[in-house]
Amino acid sequence: MTEKPKNEIKLIIERCKGCRFCVEFCPQHILYQSDEVNSKGYRIVDVADISKCDQCNTCSMVCPEFAINVVSIEAKPVKDGEVVCLSQDT
Amino acid sequence: MTKVIVSNQKHPLDTYLRTDRLPHIWCPGCGIGAVLHAFLRALLDSGVDLKKVALVSGIGCTGRVAGYVRLDSFHTTHGRALPFATGLKIANPELKLVVFSGDGDLIAIGGNHFIHAARRNIDMTVICVNNFNYGMTGGQLGPTTPLTGRTTTTMRGNIEEPFNIPYLAAAAGAVYIARWTTAHIHSLEHSIGEALAKKGFSLVEAISPCPTYYGRMNKQPTGLDQIRYFRYNSIVRHGIDPRLVGIEANGQIVVGKFVDIERPYIPGATGSGNGRTT
Ligand code: SF4
Ligand code: SF4
Ligand code: SF4
Repeated sequence: MTEKPKNEIKLIIERCKGCRFCVEFCPQHILYQSDEVNSKGYRIVDVADISKCDQCNTCSMVCPEFAINVVSIEAKPVKDGEVVCLSQDT
Repeated sequence: MTKVIVSNQKHPLDTYLRTDRLPHIWCPGCGIGAVLHAFLRALLDSGVDLKKVALVSGIGCTGRVAGYVRLDSFHTTHGRALPFATGLKIANPELKLVVFSGDGDLIAIGGNHFIHAARRNIDMTVICVNNFNYGMTGGQLGPTTPLTGRTTTTMRGNIEEPFNIPYLAAAAGAVYIARWTTAHIHSLEHSIGEALAKKGFSLVEAISPCPTYYGRMNKQPTGLDQIRYFRYNSIVRHGIDPRLVGIEANGQIVVGKFVDIERPYIPGATGSGNGRTT
């Protein structure tokens, strides 16, 4: 139960427009829309159980706002050939 | 349980976006940003030299794409993205040309340019975001609005037969034609990658929600309602005759790769001529 999470969901709060596409398409159903709002008044998303995230990247792909992405905490590239600029996340 | 949310982070694609302009102007629930995301990932995966990429957009909501990418981009006049792109390609055959525009811009105002660019088989990739109406100007009827679909100018339902974009492109001579919706984002990315690798006029139609106008007028008031409709009412039919992929209001959407053929293209391998090797 208290397994250490391997991934991190990064949300750029001010970009999220609360469309819930990521919530709808996450195959693990771990994202939800929280009651928290950003400065523009949009209800942002949150993660219920990060340990279930399998880094499929679907949330990031369906997000029209470039707001959400997932990175491995060990900072390894997600998969061969995939463009993930981890150095950007410092 | 464990909750990890970090704010003020950069997105992996920020390097390729003009981040000073984000968040972008597209409405909450609009799918254009997701199509742009798929395109950028496909472009990076394709290994094309980004210095040799030129992205051309016309006018409309989708036309704003040219202003958000950190690539050489060109925001042209209404409907004229294809002739500008043709000129760029003919003058500098080294360039990888991408036209990223909406259905109104490409198929209505620029409809004539569309059929002739496909007929000439100019070597370029066209990404046509189809949201079934003119979003930017207030949700008017467009040539892709399905029969009986309601828009702000057809409150009782559209009485005109719409264009079937893949069929139009196939009849005009496009060599690669695929259609996906924003609910098929991984397939969309894959098809854009294939289109980028294709020599000749390649078209990817990306059906996208426009909750602000088309969705709201057609009992799907949020982007989520529209994307659920795409998700549960689409059927994948690779290689089907494009004649059969017309879209009815709230009906089934046929998606997939419909056409992938070879034909002499312009400009050819030598930088001029018609691409015939003999
Ligand atoms: S990466 Fe996949 S599993 Fe993890 S939160 Fe995103 S959509 Fe869900
Ligand atoms: S898809 Fe993006 S904009 Fe929409 S709710 Fe999720 S993070 Fe926010
Ligand atoms: S009007 Fe429609 S197409 Fe334009 S940004 Fe809004 S939702 Fe998107």
